[in-house]
Amino acid sequence: QSGSSLRIVSAALKQGQITPTELCQKCLSLIKKTKFLNAYITVSEEVALKQAEESEKRYKNGQSLGDLDGIPVAVKDNFSTSGIETTCASNMLKGYIPPYNATVVQKLLDQGALLMGKTNLDEFAMGSGSTDGVFGPVKNPWSYSKQYREKRKQNPHSKNEDSDWLITGGSSGGSAAAVSAFTCYAALGSDTGGSTRNPAAHCGLVGFKPSYGLVSRHGLIPLVNSMDVPGILTRCVDDAAIVLGALAGPDPKDSTTVHDPINKPFMLPSLADVSKLCIGIPKEYLVPELSSEVQSLWSKAADLFESEGAKVLEVSLPHTSYSIVCYHVLCTSEVASNMARFDGLQYGHRCDIDVSTEAMYAATRREGFNDVVRGRILSGNFFLLKENYENYFVKAQKVRRLIANDFVNAFNSGVDVLLTPTTLSEAVPYLEFIKEDNRTRSAQDDIFTQAVNMAGLPAVSIPVALSNQGLPIGLQFIGRAFCDQQLLTVAKWFEKQVQFPGIQLQELTDDCSAVLENEKLASVSLKQ
Amino acid sequence: MWSRLVSLGLRAPVGGRQGFTSKVDPQGSSRITAQVIEHLERLALVDFGSREAVARLEKAIAFADRLRAVDTDGVEPMESVLEDRCLYLRSDNVVEGNCADELLQNSHRVVEEYFVAPPGNISLPKLDEQEPFPHS
Repeated sequence: QSGSSLRIVSAALKQGQITPTELCQKCLSLIKKTKFLNAYITVSEEVALKQAEESEKRYKNGQSLGDLDGIPVAVKDNFSTSGIETTCASNMLKGYIPPYNATVVQKLLDQGALLMGKTNLDEFAMGSGSTDGVFGPVKNPWSYSKQYREKRKQNPHSKNEDSDWLITGGSSGGSAAAVSAFTCYAALGSDTGGSTRNPAAHCGLVGFKPSYGLVSRHGLIPLVNSMDVPGILTRCVDDAAIVLGALAGPDPKDSTTVHDPINKPFMLPSLADVSKLCIGIPKEYLVPELSSEVQSLWSKAADLFESEGAKVLEVSLPHTSYSIVCYHVLCTSEVASNMARFDGLQYGHRCDIDVSTEAMYAATRREGFNDVVRGRILSGNFFLLKENYENYFVKAQKVRRLIANDFVNAFNSGVDVLLTPTTLSEAVPYLEFIKEDNRTRSAQDDIFTQAVNMAGLPAVSIPVALSNQGLPIGLQFIGRAFCDQQLLTVAKWFEKQVQFPGIQLQELTDDCSAVLENEKLASVSLKQ
Repeated sequence: MWSRLVSLGLRAPVGGRQGFTSKVDPQGSSRITAQVIEHLERLALVDFGSREAVARLEKAIAFADRLRAVDTDGVEPMESVLEDRCLYLRSDNVVEGNCADELLQNSHRVVEEYFVAPPGNISLPKLDEQEPFPHS
């Protein structure tokens, strides 16, 4: 009902109902059909087909590598992929071909996953719309869904069909669009302030942000080293757990991964009941800008837990209103530092000026970075000036501790999981989104998500219901540090309760997507 | 809501970069003088490129100024959420490398096994020697 899941198709592969090559071809075909979404920057067709061939051999010999063997996946274009262009949607890295795989990419490949391509994003993952990359914006597949289109016909103001397309959210919008349009079963995003959870909410997907330190960042081109994590986008919670199982764990190449023993694999139990659970509702998250629809769903969700026997408490995260400001200072400061590596010398774009190294660096960076990136670098450098360091950067670090402590206190009061909105509203049209600048939008859109990154906690956005306009609305669960499994278990229970309707992409429906959507994979595919 | 962040009286007069001195902020905090602009551009090796960019920085600073309202007496700065753990160290053995060719391939200008850089120790021309905002 919510579209074909990884688990289902994996079983089909194991039983020989479909071959990896067939699956790969179907996804490649869908990628071509959905090109107008602009979800992919690079489609690695040959690589994927070759991987499919190898996967097929393994299945024939009864030696499949596991649940991910033969499964099409996509990777956000800020993860290094060996031999495959990695651009971060920036002129600075156009044509850059990394000589190595990010650890998480390597892990997926080691499990036999098929790499369909690299997905589009905001330049260097800075943004909340996936609109600010050099390859253009990503379109939300829901713009073309039956559910949205039907509602729009009722609206006398609906104009030309395509000029009102909606954003995916960001910055992992390409990954979200790729999964939402059935071109792959899972996609990697990154999450620094909500970049995986935000597009998940807008595209009706599960968007999971693991605890900081659980998953390796080696090969993820860094934005904010103390907050970045790889994120996972899937169509259901079980699928996210499967991917997390493959990715979690210490990495000697990333010293910020923890070496504690973690329960692997991530097999999620089905919660029989939630009567032992305590859900916390942070009161400061009820902001005036929150749309009434999201607020209503949030309230209904709380009621649902309560009616099923869980304890639902109001909690306070008192420093919430300063969280976005704190994030802004820390983020721009770390960005200023991280972007310093792009000087045109060893990799990436290089300008033609040869007068001096400084002139070369300056021109290279002017040509390579867009306004958003340059703006953050300049802001960050301002906060890091000697005369500002204490008052801005160190001050923000102190406020960060207060914010992290707010969460600790909430969890110490007996709360297992926090329940909050993910976004202020459903996805908005692109033309409306661009009326405000990137920084303003990010500050608005990250409001429920970025505090989680500052505290390093796990969080997941679950699609709940459709808005009056037929668009997805998601809610966020936040867990204790390194209690990712518990968090996903609660999320899975909730997912089952809400039964979010899958996207109906009628325009794309033909034998391809019908096969993928149909649970009875065997009978339909054999008719081809 | 965000319109409140437009800095009061910190708008730059028209014509030339020297005209970026802003009036003193009533709170006595950040001011974007020409010197600060030049200083930031040198440190960042990124230029503002337009008056809008300077205005955006001013807004960003005004936004950041809201942190002053938080009482952080006695609070230690937090550098990492993993601060109470020991950092894992690998053993000091070389396990990979020897990939000079691969690394050199990504550079635009190499000679044998060297990355080629233009001459160093030449500072960027001073502000008044440059054209104002080639990109505005």
